[in-house]
Amino acid sequence: MTHAIAISHLSKTYASGFQALKDVSLDIRHGEIFALLGPNGAGKTTLINVVCGIVIPSAGTVTVGGHDIVKDYRAARSLLGLVPQELTTDAFETPPGTMRLSRGLFGKSANPAVIEKVLKELSLWDKRDSRIMTLSGGMKRRVLIAKALAHEPQILFLDEPSAGVDVELRKDMWQLVRALRASGVTIILTTHYIEEAEDMADRVGVINKGELIVVEEKAELMRKLGRKQLILELRERLDAMPAALAGHGLSLAAGGMQLVYTYDTKGETTGITTLLDQVRNAGVRFKDLQTRQSSLEDIFVGLVRQR
Amino acid sequence: MRLEMNLYGARAIYMYEMARTGRTLLQSIVSPVISTSLYFVVFGAAIGSRISHIEGVPYGAFIVPGLIMLMLLTQSVMNASFGIYFPRFVGTIYEILSAPVSAFEIVLGYVGAAATKSIVLGLIILATSELFVPVRIAHPAWMLTFLVLTALSFSLLGFILGLWADGFEKLQIVPLLIITPLTFLGGTFYSTSVLPQPWRTITLFNPLVYLISGFRWSFFNIADVHVGISLAMTLLFLAICLAIVWWFFKTGYRLKN
Repeated sequence: MTHAIAISHLSKTYASGFQALKDVSLDIRHGEIFALLGPNGAGKTTLINVVCGIVIPSAGTVTVGGHDIVKDYRAARSLLGLVPQELTTDAFETPPGTMRLSRGLFGKSANPAVIEKVLKELSLWDKRDSRIMTLSGGMKRRVLIAKALAHEPQILFLDEPSAGVDVELRKDMWQLVRALRASGVTIILTTHYIEEAEDMADRVGVINKGELIVVEEKAELMRKLGRKQLILELRERLDAMPAALAGHGLSLAAGGMQLVYTYDTKGETTGITTLLDQVRNAGVRFKDLQTRQSSLEDIFVGLVRQR
Repeated sequence: MRLEMNLYGARAIYMYEMARTGRTLLQSIVSPVISTSLYFVVFGAAIGSRISHIEGVPYGAFIVPGLIMLMLLTQSVMNASFGIYFPRFVGTIYEILSAPVSAFEIVLGYVGAAATKSIVLGLIILATSELFVPVRIAHPAWMLTFLVLTALSFSLLGFILGLWADGFEKLQIVPLLIITPLTFLGGTFYSTSVLPQPWRTITLFNPLVYLISGFRWSFFNIADVHVGISLAMTLLFLAICLAIVWWFFKTGYRLKN
């Protein structure tokens, strides 16, 4: 079975000499939510723009639904919907007007029923007669999503969809994304809110300085790279680590009021039982204990820093 | 090779551009009509009454084809350049670039809309001029041919300008500093045959001389240069513009990184 998107050895060097993508290969599976994470300027938007035909690649190939994006651009692009990062809208148009343009551009007749359905799903129906310039930032973001959905794409790119969007819209949007996925739409999103990727994505790709560092099932990534911490809240302050506890990779925190033990979740044994025995033998008393799993954000920061 | 066209795409751009005209009716239609009327009042009535006939045509009528051309050229360029420059400027061009439309369909939509507006405007100005002077058209079919070819060529030129411009200043400069002077110097208000040498020869390097002359011939059967040459020059100009647009899209110039 062909992938929804197959990217092979893709590189992009801009005229300025800046290399935005370095030999990126990535397959996006049908019907998944794929989160592309990376710091600003990492190459996320360039990657999306190459797939959508806005940026010309320097090397490599991309196919969408098995169609080459250059040789068979019509078939490839027909499958794609793009919600860009910037709030670029037709200021003087109404939401249905700009959606009719979107449908037309993708070779579809202006079907009022589809337009109405999308507008209602995005709570834009009340604003159907308003010029886009009069809408709030969040509403404009909805219009951009409405435009991308207007032509019923099979693959949807959401480039930083939650930037500058309030909590309610974000919740609505993710609900819509889940509904789209349930209807078989493949979704590729970039976000700065890593908890969203953690919440939404099936798979995660991390890109940094134009290189795809890791692509993994989200759960697998968190299992592989996730670390857990055991934190002991002490009854009395420790000025220094007792000699009996040295060699366990323990550290003191909170001004000597906490002992922190970091361990790998994927290890055969965690060593917690031994550690707790030794703590008691060393005469260190604790009043509470907690464990903490590293979030996708910690993993992401860790990955990016390593490079 | 499959022959396929996304006519919905071209039509969507065309309709979108035509809707833009509807929104800017005052600027697009009313203002050129008013300025043409002013030309008639000043050149036709006030000054024209003191000028005798030119090659047997009353001066007021003589300037009608030139005036239509003046408006046709400037409005074609301005409409088409703004039509493509504005989406580039605000960023909405992303949707055109990521849509399954070919360069030909994009040009068809934008240039077709700009040319349509200019042709309608030209006909409105012709009707307006009828209010001031009686105008006879010797070759109506040729008149329409020149009108359509010129509107198309200069809308293409405007499209090129809109792609090339990287600021509003450049967008204004070409119609203002190049098109308007060339039209005035191309025989809008006079026959180039009245010019002394070497100016008469120099004007032959002005491509607009051929357009205005051909257009005037279709009205009055009089021309500065042979109508065949006028037609050939118009077609040559159209071909050059098409070639430049083709090259722009082939290389992604100013459109894609």
